[in-house]
Amino acid sequence: MTPLTPTSSDRAGPAATVDLAPLRRAARPRALEFAFWLLPVAAWFLFPENLALLTQIAITAIFALSLDLVLGYAGIVTLGHAAFFGVGAYAAGMLSAKLGIGDPLLGLVFAAAVSALAGAITSPFVLRGTGLTRLMVTIGIGMMLFEAANKANDFTGGVDGLQGIEMTPLLGLWSFDLWGKTAYVYAVAVLFVVFLVARHVVGSPFGLSLRAIHMNAARMPALGVSVDARLTAAWIAAAAIAGIAGALLTQTTQFVSIDVLGFGRSAEILLILILGGAGRLYGALVGAIVFVTLHHLLADVDPEYWQLWIGLVLIGIVLFARNGLMGVVDPFERLLARKETKR
Amino acid sequence: MSKFSLIACTVLAMSGFGLAAEAADPAPIKIGVIASYSGPYADYGRQFDDGIALWLDEHGGKLGGHPVEIVKKDVPGAAPDLAKRVAQELVVKDKVNFFAGLDFSPNAYAVGAVAKEAKIPAIVMNASSSAITTQSPYVARVSFTVQQVSDPMARWAVKNGITKVYTIVADYGPGADSETAFEKAFTANGGAIVGKVRAPLSSPDFSAYVQRIKDEKPQAVFFFFPSGVLPPAFLKAAKERGLEEAGIKVIATGEATDDSYLEATGDVALGLITSHHYSYAHPSEKNRKFVEGIARVTGKKLRPSYFAVAAYDGMAALDGALAKTGGDVDGAKVMEALKGLSFESPRGPIEIDAATRDIVQTVYIRKTEKVNGELVNVEFDQFDKVKDPAKQ
Amino acid sequence: MTVVFDGIASGMLLFLIAVGLSVTLGLMNFVNLAHGAFAMFGGYVCVVASGRWGIPFLPAVVLAALATAALGALLERLLFRRLYGASQLDQVLFSIGLVFVAMAIARWGFGPAQQPIRLPAWLQGQVHLGGLDIGVYRAFLVGLGLAVAYGLHRAIGVTRFGARLRASVDKPDVARGMGIDVDRVFVVTFALGSGLAGLGGAVGVELLGLDPSFPLRYLVYFLIVVAVGGSGSIPGSLIAAILIGVCDVAGKYWMPQIGAFIIYTVMVVMLIVRPHGLLGRK
Repeated sequence: MTPLTPTSSDRAGPAATVDLAPLRRAARPRALEFAFWLLPVAAWFLFPENLALLTQIAITAIFALSLDLVLGYAGIVTLGHAAFFGVGAYAAGMLSAKLGIGDPLLGLVFAAAVSALAGAITSPFVLRGTGLTRLMVTIGIGMMLFEAANKANDFTGGVDGLQGIEMTPLLGLWSFDLWGKTAYVYAVAVLFVVFLVARHVVGSPFGLSLRAIHMNAARMPALGVSVDARLTAAWIAAAAIAGIAGALLTQTTQFVSIDVLGFGRSAEILLILILGGAGRLYGALVGAIVFVTLHHLLADVDPEYWQLWIGLVLIGIVLFARNGLMGVVDPFERLLARKETKR
Repeated sequence: MSKFSLIACTVLAMSGFGLAAEAADPAPIKIGVIASYSGPYADYGRQFDDGIALWLDEHGGKLGGHPVEIVKKDVPGAAPDLAKRVAQELVVKDKVNFFAGLDFSPNAYAVGAVAKEAKIPAIVMNASSSAITTQSPYVARVSFTVQQVSDPMARWAVKNGITKVYTIVADYGPGADSETAFEKAFTANGGAIVGKVRAPLSSPDFSAYVQRIKDEKPQAVFFFFPSGVLPPAFLKAAKERGLEEAGIKVIATGEATDDSYLEATGDVALGLITSHHYSYAHPSEKNRKFVEGIARVTGKKLRPSYFAVAAYDGMAALDGALAKTGGDVDGAKVMEALKGLSFESPRGPIEIDAATRDIVQTVYIRKTEKVNGELVNVEFDQFDKVKDPAKQ
Repeated sequence: MTVVFDGIASGMLLFLIAVGLSVTLGLMNFVNLAHGAFAMFGGYVCVVASGRWGIPFLPAVVLAALATAALGALLERLLFRRLYGASQLDQVLFSIGLVFVAMAIARWGFGPAQQPIRLPAWLQGQVHLGGLDIGVYRAFLVGLGLAVAYGLHRAIGVTRFGARLRASVDKPDVARGMGIDVDRVFVVTFALGSGLAGLGGAVGVELLGLDPSFPLRYLVYFLIVVAVGGSGSIPGSLIAAILIGVCDVAGKYWMPQIGAFIIYTVMVVMLIVRPHGLLGRK
């Protein structure tokens, strides 16, 4: 792996136990961040006809954040992350369709819990191997779950989708409308909360130990850090967040079909995260925004060959901008950081 | 808002201005076509386009007196979340009057929900899962249902002295639907299913399944696979293992010999007996004109498949409904007008069932033969006015 | 018994396509998810050569392998070599981008439909051999697979070039210092891996079909073979492929209800028992 380029929270790295000042500095929200979070507000006014797409971006961003925790921070490459997204999606769907509980927030909590459970069950299998082995185990688990959902056709609705999901109004006030207004505000709010939590976790000693494991797993036991316990915790947390993303998709579309578990979704979210830049939370967000928007625009302009263009973009980014789109920001960040320390 | 001006326009056109419709040119009708335009199923979108283009070409580009604007949206393969989003955008942004296309059932379910909420009629031009029309009152289907084409195959088999059948279907919803419909009709008519298996969609290696079937020695094997990769793979395995020589007939639904794929499937398809609602070799004057028309509009010698025919008929159905409403594009009125509509399609007479909004049509039994060096589905037996058996 | 033979044959086909990946991923440490795209290219060359130009099947297969090897060498020079030092994630992004481009080009050139291939008469049908029904084409695949496995094993394990390759991968700087033309070794190896993909793709058309979505549809299977076999190990890949083929076919025959699960279950169990693959280097 290439050495991680220093970013805000990185700089705190090894010195964390000695001097906590950089940590605190990193935890402080910065002007650029405030600007970033004005985007969803601006989008609401600028693109009132594209709220469904924007909702999709927000959901994808949550999913990418979840993957970032395991891939970018804990260093586990997975191609089966849709498993948890799908479990969450089905959990939220079943709650409404089978039990008649249509409250969105309740569904979100339920989905997160079920996905976390799925994460807990799968973690020993995934954490056993390394590298390619781990990757293949995640694929295997994802595929088996997909096949299981397909086999249980009568229960899950299989490829035709789970029917009969009805959502009650959000907080009893706002019902999900055709324009997707409620859905958008709901998804962005959840994204924001998840992001804040993730930001906190990543900057905490726990998050730092994850990065340290990523960089040198062999040394960590010597420092008194249990590698497996930390990775397991990260895995479960990520599973829960992926489950929330899945549940959001279910609730905003009021539909679940088996493709929520598909290999394609796992591969796509991996692409999105790498595209944005793994190992930094904004990488996940930027990746989601850029990829989904690009996909949408290209598919509109050239429905038949959009894949060609998106492929060329991916190749170009790798050739000219290593470490994802956020890698481009690095030099500027370093410049800013130098100014800050001088001050 | 635009709907209001539209109504005003038509009212104006009808109330004595006579030919004014020509001059005033009523507001265009917008149709959102949701289909696969990229990915492995890009052919579906193209077929829809061809069928729609031909119908418009034959009718001066007008639907019920209105000029038509088609908004194409790519939803490759089964992707209901994308389909739903696209449908929402078509409503709020493009302000379409109708949804059309809909090749995959999950997408049709998702769009059906939007159609219901927005009160915009959706014309299903392929998706063949039975419950799509039940789930949303704003959906009408001009294609077929899986059960509708599976059931006649079973009845034909019994009629022709086949009483022991082994079934193999793709392991997903439609496969299960086909298996159930076939079994129900087959056993109800005195046949017996000696074995059944559902094969995974992902792998095209059928050798083990075919060996199994051969060892069970049924009189015939019935299979259902989505058109594309799987049917040729199954037929190759069947030929390699010599099922025919072992006295086991092979029967299937028409997906196996989809006209789009038949040439690529090759001679392994020869002699295969299938049941479906459309063959491009259907011997009728209307169909001859249809096939020629498609060649003319596209400038290519490509076979129109059941996708193209359904798209063509979908336009005809909308036109018929608009004729009944007097050009009024109001969703509820158009849906009402679609019910019970019947007309002549290139595939034969069809009707939109007044109660279920699902299609009633003739299902043909065909045999794959070589005619003038080309592989075609030659129809030799038929079941008239078949309704969706799952709704009875 | 026929079932076991079928399993071996489909395993061999899997091996033929995946072994090239074992070379690029396993030996050169490049995460080349575009492997299937090379196989697809070989398939199209074979289809065009035998179908449109009337070249007999076997020469067409050889041509497909050579053409794919040439394409591999070209792309290595132009693109892949720039990424040898990149992170694996960048390699993933890059090779998936390449897959998208390849799929779009394939659809543009050949349309979305399946491509037909006509086998010569002598490769069709079945022969009876001591109570066994053996598909001629499957027997051909088994023979070809064994030949390729043996040839590769010799080439990499025994020859001078093999020694140079292993040296170049493990310690490129030292290898360079020893006078090994590392760049050339990499080009040749990459071409070899691509050529093998092309060969596998060409002989695979008959059983796996060929259309623009080929590279992604079978990607997982190729990865399974390499991972279970132990990355970089040719005999490991062979054994893994055969094991998976036999389990898959036998499972479908005896327990058709759980057909789809078998291949993944075998993989996960194997990897948990032997995390470094059957014959993998630690």
